[in-house]
Amino acid sequence: METGFLPRGRFQELLAVLHRSGYRCLGPQVRDGAIVYAAISVAEDLPRGARDHQAAGHYRIEQTASPRYFGWANGPQALKPLVFAPQEVLWRARRQADGGLELHQEMPPAERLAVIGVRACDLAALALQDRHFLGAAGDDPHYAARRAELFLVAVHCSDPSDVCFCVSTGDGPQASSGFDLALCELDSGFIVESGSDRGAVVAAELKLEAVGADARAAAARQADAARTRQHRSLPGRDLRAVLFANLEHPRWGEVAGRCLACGNCTSVCPTCFCHASVETPALDGGASVHARAWDSCFSQGHSYIHGLTVRSDTRTRYRQWLTHKLGSWHGQFGRSGCVGCGRCISWCPVGIDITEEAAAVCTGAADE
Amino acid sequence: MSTVVAKDRPRAAVHKFASCDGCQLAFLNLGEDLLLLSSLVEFVHFAEAGLVNPEAPVDIAFVEGSIGTIRDVERIQRVRARSRYLVAIGACATAGGLQALRNLADGQAWIADVYASPGYVESLETSTAVAQHVKVDLELWGCPVNSRQLIAAVRALLFGVVPLEEHDKVCMECKRAQVVCVMVAQGLPCMGPVTRTGCGALCPSFGRDCYACYGPAENPNTEALGRRLEGLGIAPAAIGRRFLAINNGAPPFTEAGLRRVHGHD
Repeated sequence: METGFLPRGRFQELLAVLHRSGYRCLGPQVRDGAIVYAAISVAEDLPRGARDHQAAGHYRIEQTASPRYFGWANGPQALKPLVFAPQEVLWRARRQADGGLELHQEMPPAERLAVIGVRACDLAALALQDRHFLGAAGDDPHYAARRAELFLVAVHCSDPSDVCFCVSTGDGPQASSGFDLALCELDSGFIVESGSDRGAVVAAELKLEAVGADARAAAARQADAARTRQHRSLPGRDLRAVLFANLEHPRWGEVAGRCLACGNCTSVCPTCFCHASVETPALDGGASVHARAWDSCFSQGHSYIHGLTVRSDTRTRYRQWLTHKLGSWHGQFGRSGCVGCGRCISWCPVGIDITEEAAAVCTGAADE
Repeated sequence: MSTVVAKDRPRAAVHKFASCDGCQLAFLNLGEDLLLLSSLVEFVHFAEAGLVNPEAPVDIAFVEGSIGTIRDVERIQRVRARSRYLVAIGACATAGGLQALRNLADGQAWIADVYASPGYVESLETSTAVAQHVKVDLELWGCPVNSRQLIAAVRALLFGVVPLEEHDKVCMECKRAQVVCVMVAQGLPCMGPVTRTGCGALCPSFGRDCYACYGPAENPNTEALGRRLEGLGIAPAAIGRRFLAINNGAPPFTEAGLRRVHGHD
């Protein structure tokens, strides 16, 4: 639902309304050479003029004279670290005098958090993580606690990077659902639409102007350009049958020669949800802290069952990742696990490209 | 905090071989926990802490340092014979240490170059890991090891369970700490993708590249990393030297380093 236009000079008012509503605001900032989400209080904290140059295994930020705050595609984080924490304590146990255990569940601090600058691919990924963590088996309490108080301000992607392929997966570059507010950034300001009741309340407080015909036309041109500049794609939306028909494809062995099995791809993937349990007993043996931490199907421990490592080599680990992400997710969640954000391509230290590997396995049998 | 001294505490020793003594500091730096630790285990030999009784039989022997002299070869056998559980701590004990570089060179020539009276130096041609001489029950990698690793190992042994081996890549820790990848975002020649975790991704957290002081991770693809470092513009010999550093004696690093330093495949 379109609600109006916010001139660039009034962007601070959005932050002010969110702050007044009790939200702490996170927004994009340039830190350590990348766009990351960090606390912002004023619009000047946003990465005005920043552009990202992404390629396989490569990420650089360039500072330009553009007035835009969101003229970049994405950074290594999606929303995942904000809801599925990279490492968090779940409970603490203490031995009692009678030999019993006293258990204490540790919950994340209750906090209303507004995230500014969320991409369409991030929203699609969040919807998938919701399916996993808030699924039929019951809510994951830690995920649910963080998720409930999240206010999402999406910004339609105007500048997809060289590794983006969300058009191919159907998840972008325009945010279509899952947000409280969505912004279309133009040089002059922002077309604001609300996507939820609480988003509409914030939009109403902003006293937005009417959207001019010029702004509407510029937004349409920008959306078309963002779509057409993407050149990577997956060989199809549902690769389940073809992937599982090619489990002995020689490409799995070939990619294993290049793959570091380091877990960078799964860590930056906004939909990967695997974790390990880590028990840290106190030195005196009277208490223990139980935490979970991001794990990866590329680690040895991920496929360890008593006395046996199921996937001991990189060939089977890479194959597990791709066949799950692009194949068996369909049975599990009704769609592919890939939202086309391109992070696994950029942040792979050796630049392995999921679209190339999928194409080689799914369509390249004749090439071998 | 309870510091009630347990009856029949397991006995422990800390032995030093060829090393800088730095790993033993992971005990001494425990602070208050050192009192708790010594109420749980009885240290009977720990020269750096002033306890000297090297021949005492113990339940747990921590061995720091590499085997570098003929006396070391004989002494490590005695340590093994008097210990129920032997834990090698640090890069010297697990891979021969920096001093294992002499294994790849003419060590006697180096001694002649460095010392005014080389005749006083009695060392073997090689510096080797403890496990090449006696059975080692657990290896804690790192240069130096840290207190967290030692505590986790001691606690597991006191529970009567096998300590967990940490052998994931540093990248996993780096991403859990939400550190921006220094290789992808800065082009730094990071060794994290082949290096064992345990340090908490210390160097990348401060914006520099990992230099592999925790040794090889499980399933390390040194060849793919070496090719990537070449792609970053680093000369093959310089890449080789990154493998042939603190853990040069760890077989995956020895092999990867020699291949590039000498330029043969």
